[in-house]
Amino acid sequence: MFESDRLLLSALILASISGIPGLFFNRRSLVAPWIAAMLMVTSGTVGLIGAVQCAAQCASGSDVMLVEYPLPLPDASFALSVDPLSAFFLAAIFLVSTLGSLYGLEYWKPTEHPDNARKLRLFYGLLTACLAIVVLAKNSVTFLFGWEGMAVSAFFLVATEDDRNDVRDAGWMYLAASHAGTLALFTMFALMYGATGHFDFLPLTSDQISPAFASTLFLLALGGFGLKAGLMPLHFWLPGAHAMAPSHVSAIMSGVLIKMGIYGLVRMTGLLPDPPLWWGSLVLALGTVSAVFGMVLALSQHDLKRLLAYSSIENIGIVAIGLGLALLGRSLHNPVWVILGLSGALLHVWNHCLFKSLLFLAAGTVIHATHTRKIDELGGMAKPMPWTAAAFLVGASSACGLPPFNGFVSEFLIYLGLFHTLGLPGEPALPAAAFAIPALALSGAAAIACFVKAYGIVFLGVPRKPLAHRPHDPHWPMRLPLVVLSVIAISLGILTASVAPRLNGICAKWSGLSWDASIAASTLGPLVPLGWALIGLLGSLLFVFCWLRWKISTHPYAEHDTWGCGYLAPTPRLQYTGTSLTQFLVSLFGWSIQPVEIRPRIRELFPVQAAYWSEVPEIVLDRVVSPVFDALARRLLWFRLIQQGSVQIYLLYIVAMLVVLFTVF
Amino acid sequence: MNLSLIDPFLVVLLMLNFIQLGVGRLPTIIMMVALQGVILGVIFPFTHHDASAGWEGVISIRLLALAAAMIVMKGWLMPRMLYYAFKESQMRGQIDPYLGLTASLLLGALGTGVMMAFSSRLPLREEHASHLLVPAALSTVFTGLLILTTRREPLTQVAGYLVLENGIVIFGLLLVEAMPFLVEVGVLLDVFVGVFVMGIILQQVDRHLPSPGSDHLRTLKE
Repeated sequence: MFESDRLLLSALILASISGIPGLFFNRRSLVAPWIAAMLMVTSGTVGLIGAVQCAAQCASGSDVMLVEYPLPLPDASFALSVDPLSAFFLAAIFLVSTLGSLYGLEYWKPTEHPDNARKLRLFYGLLTACLAIVVLAKNSVTFLFGWEGMAVSAFFLVATEDDRNDVRDAGWMYLAASHAGTLALFTMFALMYGATGHFDFLPLTSDQISPAFASTLFLLALGGFGLKAGLMPLHFWLPGAHAMAPSHVSAIMSGVLIKMGIYGLVRMTGLLPDPPLWWGSLVLALGTVSAVFGMVLALSQHDLKRLLAYSSIENIGIVAIGLGLALLGRSLHNPVWVILGLSGALLHVWNHCLFKSLLFLAAGTVIHATHTRKIDELGGMAKPMPWTAAAFLVGASSACGLPPFNGFVSEFLIYLGLFHTLGLPGEPALPAAAFAIPALALSGAAAIACFVKAYGIVFLGVPRKPLAHRPHDPHWPMRLPLVVLSVIAISLGILTASVAPRLNGICAKWSGLSWDASIAASTLGPLVPLGWALIGLLGSLLFVFCWLRWKISTHPYAEHDTWGCGYLAPTPRLQYTGTSLTQFLVSLFGWSIQPVEIRPRIRELFPVQAAYWSEVPEIVLDRVVSPVFDALARRLLWFRLIQQGSVQIYLLYIVAMLVVLFTVF
Repeated sequence: MNLSLIDPFLVVLLMLNFIQLGVGRLPTIIMMVALQGVILGVIFPFTHHDASAGWEGVISIRLLALAAAMIVMKGWLMPRMLYYAFKESQMRGQIDPYLGLTASLLLGALGTGVMMAFSSRLPLREEHASHLLVPAALSTVFTGLLILTTRREPLTQVAGYLVLENGIVIFGLLLVEAMPFLVEVGVLLDVFVGVFVMGIILQQVDRHLPSPGSDHLRTLKE
């Protein structure tokens, strides 16, 4: 048996070097991607085993130290260690990166993308390693190393097709947003160092920092990590980056990378002492806004991947609602809220990671087969691509929070926690927090509408446009990740009753509160019968499915056109489009998302050909971020004077700076 | 350490600085840089001379090898490469500075004066204070900077770096006791690699642009 810390370290190293051998091969070589994928699979397997072992080891209370290497900076070292929270996120990282690299074997073939396949593989491995460093970091210096490496490798991944203008724009915006967040984090960690005199992630005590100082740290954390997580209104970089990246990169970005923002928030709020009520309320409010408007924006998208990206914002919102609830529970010293809120949030992190990567991979399969991301150009994909359609259906049902899939259980826990805020006997009440319940329900309903649109328009009906190639299901390297993720998504939904109590340790350590085992047991008690009910539901679903299959195979049937109310010449163009399906809901929310449409006016009896066009602008980006930055750019234009493009003048700058330094210091 | 022996050499070095500033022909400038390097190599062993111990300490193989390496590199190899680049790129022999030759000469003289005044105010050790060494080092560095900032051609840029480095080496002579040989060799190698790389870049620039000149970098400006 290997030691778990060695396992994790080797997983880290394997992942970071996985793309390097391929650099020495021809750019069209088909061997290189297999080497990279095998390294990633080894790294992922080893890493998962290591994470599970470490989680078991540190369940007893002590962290597992991986490595500590002094850096040539005062008080700083490169230190990695595992605690239950890190192990929890590590599992997600290694799972998605492994499956993603397998998927990339067919999705991003070097023969089809000779210019950037090597780059993609290199940074995919590096991103995985950096993500792992972020969650393993024992101090803020190491954390920032990982964070920066993660941001930069993700930038190169988003900008994989850097010969395209729109891809470059999305990449730059991601990089700028990412660094704005990093700036906030630098400030926060520097302030923390000033207050404590060390860089370690150790809980701060209330005699070390004043409440106002703690609130400053909290706001910086919320800004820096919220930007990475895509919490509204800091989400503006996210849809573009997710849509422009190759699909397995979107999967790891949406499934894992944005969760690093959540990880950071959980980690930081766990270090800060005595959260006042407004922290939790603020997180809860932001989460609610993200959950509702993320889904409304998702509804109105025409691009399959942008739709999924906005749905990620909604899910981050749900996670934030759970976290906000847990923070409120800490402020009011109520373990029940903490357990339900934080367990729900963390489980939703896992669940969203599973179903969103599943959805992105399935969407990528469709895009790979049809070469279009536009929902309204697709249709009828379920027939040629049954595996993909099934995987997308599992992902979509899970994203809607439908039982028995995994998304249901985490949302259930959060709902349960929110109902507790109404004031049960023997518990404090905060009825204001219960506004999140209808909001969550609203976003759930919008999610169902949204995925009915995504699944119905893309996979059902008949193709809306003739395609150059007949689409077909992918081969096994690309199909296997879909199958694995679907299976895990379903089983995690059923097994939550046995997983959730294991998060008790994380909740207790995070909140600094202590409670009886009986409280935890009674709080999570409803999960056990729920699990059995879900198994029953799954069983009946399977039974109905098999029965239908049997019936279809044994009874003769004929294919006809849909009944057209007596209309005899239906064409594929008469089908509902994605736009028309959601038009009503989008117009309901028109006050907030400001859809733009160009509608033809039909006056005569035999109108000429006309077109309808609609679009939903990204309001935060178009109305706030872009104008502010344009104005800033104009103000700062005179800085261009410094850039003279002459070596001689640059040398003079250096001399002048040296002279200033010599005379001042 | 007997620094009075090297004062005449330092005077020659200072004069070479002025020639570099006042001359407009590239080959001459390269030659002057080479000459400076040779002089530095020659005075190098003297700085190790300890009057009380006689000459035994000076004639060590290592010291001589280092001095020889310095002379070969600074006096032959690097100027040789510069000259080769000059020939290959078919530049005009006459340089076209931003600041006229007379003006730079005057500025150089002014700078040398300021450096002299400045170094007399530096808190130096007693045995160093009376010598030309520190002023010569500072004014050579200044000359290097002046060449770097007022000349247009890439080759004069390289020459400017070499002069700058010569100034640093002169300053290093003060510290021969404190500074191991290895450090000096390191500095030498740094510059060598720098010149080497710049030579390659120059060749590339030459291949793509009609005439090499840092002016062309201006087109990269936004």
